[in-house]
Amino acid sequence: MDTEQQQYEVDLGHLMSFDPHHHFPSVPSSREDLVEECVRKGTDLVQAIVVSLFNLPSTEDVDGPLVKLPSPTTKLPREKHLPKPKPPTKWELFAKAKGIKKRKKDKVLWDEQTGAWKRRYGYDRVNDDEDIPIIEAKMTDEPGEDPFAKRKAEKKKRVVKQEKNRLQNLKQAAKAGALPSHIQLAATALPITGTPAAPKMVTKDELGNVAGLAATATASGGKFDKKLPGEKPVKKQGKHRKFLPVVEGAGIGRQEKEQTDKVLSKIFSQHSHEILNVDKAVSKYTVKKEKSRKNQQGKSSTPSSKLKANSKPMKVKNKPNKKPVKGGKASLSKKAK
Amino acid sequence: MLKAKTPKKGRIKRELEKRAPKLVETGKKTLILQGTKMSRVLNAVLADLYHLKRESAIRYTRKNDNIRPFESGGESSLEFFSQKTDCSIFLYGSTSKKRPDNLVIGRTYDHHIYDLVEVGVENFKPISSFTYDKKVAPHVGSKPFIAFLGEGFESVDELKHLKEVLLDLLRGEVVENLNLTGLDRAYVCTAVSSNRVFLTHCAIRLKKSGTIVPHVELVEVGPSMDLVARRHRLPNESLRKEAMKTAKDRPKKKIKNVSADAIQGKVGKIYIPDQKIGDMALPNKSKGVKRERREAKMKNGNKERASKKQKEDSE
Repeated sequence: MDTEQQQYEVDLGHLMSFDPHHHFPSVPSSREDLVEECVRKGTDLVQAIVVSLFNLPSTEDVDGPLVKLPSPTTKLPREKHLPKPKPPTKWELFAKAKGIKKRKKDKVLWDEQTGAWKRRYGYDRVNDDEDIPIIEAKMTDEPGEDPFAKRKAEKKKRVVKQEKNRLQNLKQAAKAGALPSHIQLAATALPITGTPAAPKMVTKDELGNVAGLAATATASGGKFDKKLPGEKPVKKQGKHRKFLPVVEGAGIGRQEKEQTDKVLSKIFSQHSHEILNVDKAVSKYTVKKEKSRKNQQGKSSTPSSKLKANSKPMKVKNKPNKKPVKGGKASLSKKAK
Repeated sequence: MLKAKTPKKGRIKRELEKRAPKLVETGKKTLILQGTKMSRVLNAVLADLYHLKRESAIRYTRKNDNIRPFESGGESSLEFFSQKTDCSIFLYGSTSKKRPDNLVIGRTYDHHIYDLVEVGVENFKPISSFTYDKKVAPHVGSKPFIAFLGEGFESVDELKHLKEVLLDLLRGEVVENLNLTGLDRAYVCTAVSSNRVFLTHCAIRLKKSGTIVPHVELVEVGPSMDLVARRHRLPNESLRKEAMKTAKDRPKKKIKNVSADAIQGKVGKIYIPDQKIGDMALPNKSKGVKRERREAKMKNGNKERASKKQKEDSE
C-alpha cells in the first residue's frame, strides 16, 4: 500500500489524486468488469487522499473535525482578471505632496450656540449656517443683496464643484479599469461628430401659420373647436377667390376689364401663328388639286409617255400657278377650262 | 458629458459587488445549455449534470441556433449568456449526424471563451438507473474527491486538457476549511484508451479501521458515462498566462479589539454593554389596557394568569 501511495499524485487543495502509471494490460471485455476495475482502483486513490487528509491537524467543532486545507498545487485559470488598484484621487495626490495626513475626528462636537453636543456633519449639526438668524452687516456688503440667499448660492456652488471633482476622479479610475463595481459611467449626451446644424429660430408668423394649420386639422375644419383664452383667429386658411365688380366705374371696375383683357391677349398671343392666312390656304388648295389630277393621268399612260406628259404639264402648270395666287377668280376660270 | 450611475437598490448593489473581480475566487458557476437538436440521451446527461451541480449551475432549456463554440462568430451569444448569468464554465449539448451526442465543455475568462473541449457521450447510465442504499446518498454541494486514473491523462494531449477541464467542472466550491464528516462523494475518471474516458460518480462510505484514518468504500450512485474525445481548443498562450495570475498576498482580515503589545503580548479588549436597570420591564403596567382593568389587575395581583398556569400543569 505504501509503495503504491508513493506513485499517486495527491493534490489536497482540490481533494484530487492522480495515478499516472496505471494502464489496462488488456481492456476488460465486458462493461461490468471495466466498471468494477475502475471503482476498485478509484477506491485506492480516494483512500490515498483520505490518509493524508485525516493526518492533517484538525480542530474540533460542534459539527465535526475541521481541517485547514493546504493551497492546491494544480493551478486552474481564473474566472475574471485580478482587481486593479484604484488610482489616487487628485486630493490624495495633493495631500501626499503636501504631507497632509488623515486625522481621526470626533463624531460629535460641543455646540456653543445651543449649548449641546451635536453631530459634526449632517442634519442638526454644529455651526449650521441655517441656524443663524441674524447676519451682521459689514462695510463691504453690497446694498440690496440678500446675505442669506448669497450664502445658499455659495453652498450650492461648492456642492456642484465637489460633484464635478468626484466625476473627474471616477473617470480616471475608469481609465485604469478600477471603477467600483456598482458604479457605471454613462454618457448623458451622445458625442456629436461633425459640425452641428445651427438651431433654426422660428418666427412668430411661422408659428402662427403652423398653429392655424393644426387648429383646422379636424373633421369640421376647426369650426366647433373651443378657442383658448388669448388665441387669435387663424391667419391663413386656404385659398381665397376674389370676384371683382363687373360694372365699370372709377377704380375697381376698370380692373375687371383689364383682367379679362389680359387673359384674352395672352390666349391670342399664344395661338397667333395659327390665325388663318388666306393666301397660303388658297395656294395649298390648288397644289392639292393639281396633284390629284396628275395622278389620274399617270394611271392611264405608259411609263415612256408618262415622262413626256410629266415634263409638259409641269411647264404649263407653273404658269397658271403664278397667276391664280393673285386673285381667286383666275383659279376659278382655270377650273372651267 | 458623463454621469455616475449607481443602482437604486441595495440588493442590486450587493449583487454587482458579488460579480466584481476578486483577489481570491471562490468557485465557478456552470451554465448548461443546448443547441437546436438534442437526443434523449444528451437531455438526460445535461439533466443529471445539472442535478449534480445544482447549487452552482444554471440550466437553459431553450434551443439556441446561433451557438457554435468552435466556429468564429458562433460564440458571441455564448459570451453574452456568460456575462448575463455570471457563469464561467459552460456545458453545451447538441447532436448531429456527424457528431452524435456531442457535449462541449468550455471555460471563459473575463466572459470571453478561454478553452474548449468536445466529447461524445456513450454508454450513459442515468442516476435513476442505479439502486443503492439511500443512506449513503451524497448531499447537495458537498466537496467531492476526484480520482484520475490512467497514463492517458498524461501522455495524450486531449485527455490532459480534458482532465484539467473536468477538475475545474467537478471540484465544487473552493474552501479553506473542510469538515471531515461532510465527505460523501467521489468522481472517478479512468482513461480507458487513448481517446476514451470513463467517468462515474460514487458515494463514499467511511468505515472504522481502528486508526484515525477510516477505511473508504465506494458505492456507484451514477451517473456514469464514457466520454470520447473529439475536438479541443487550447487557450491562447498569452491569455493563459494572464488567467493563471494569482494574488501574491492574500488580504488579511482585520481582527477587531485585539492588539499586540511588546511587554504584555496579545491584548484583547472586551466591551460589556450597559445593564439597563432603569428600563427594566415591569409587569402590569402596559398602557394598552384600559385604566380600570389595569388598576384592578394591580390590586388583585396575577390571579388570572396563575390559575391558567395551574390548569396547564394539571394537564
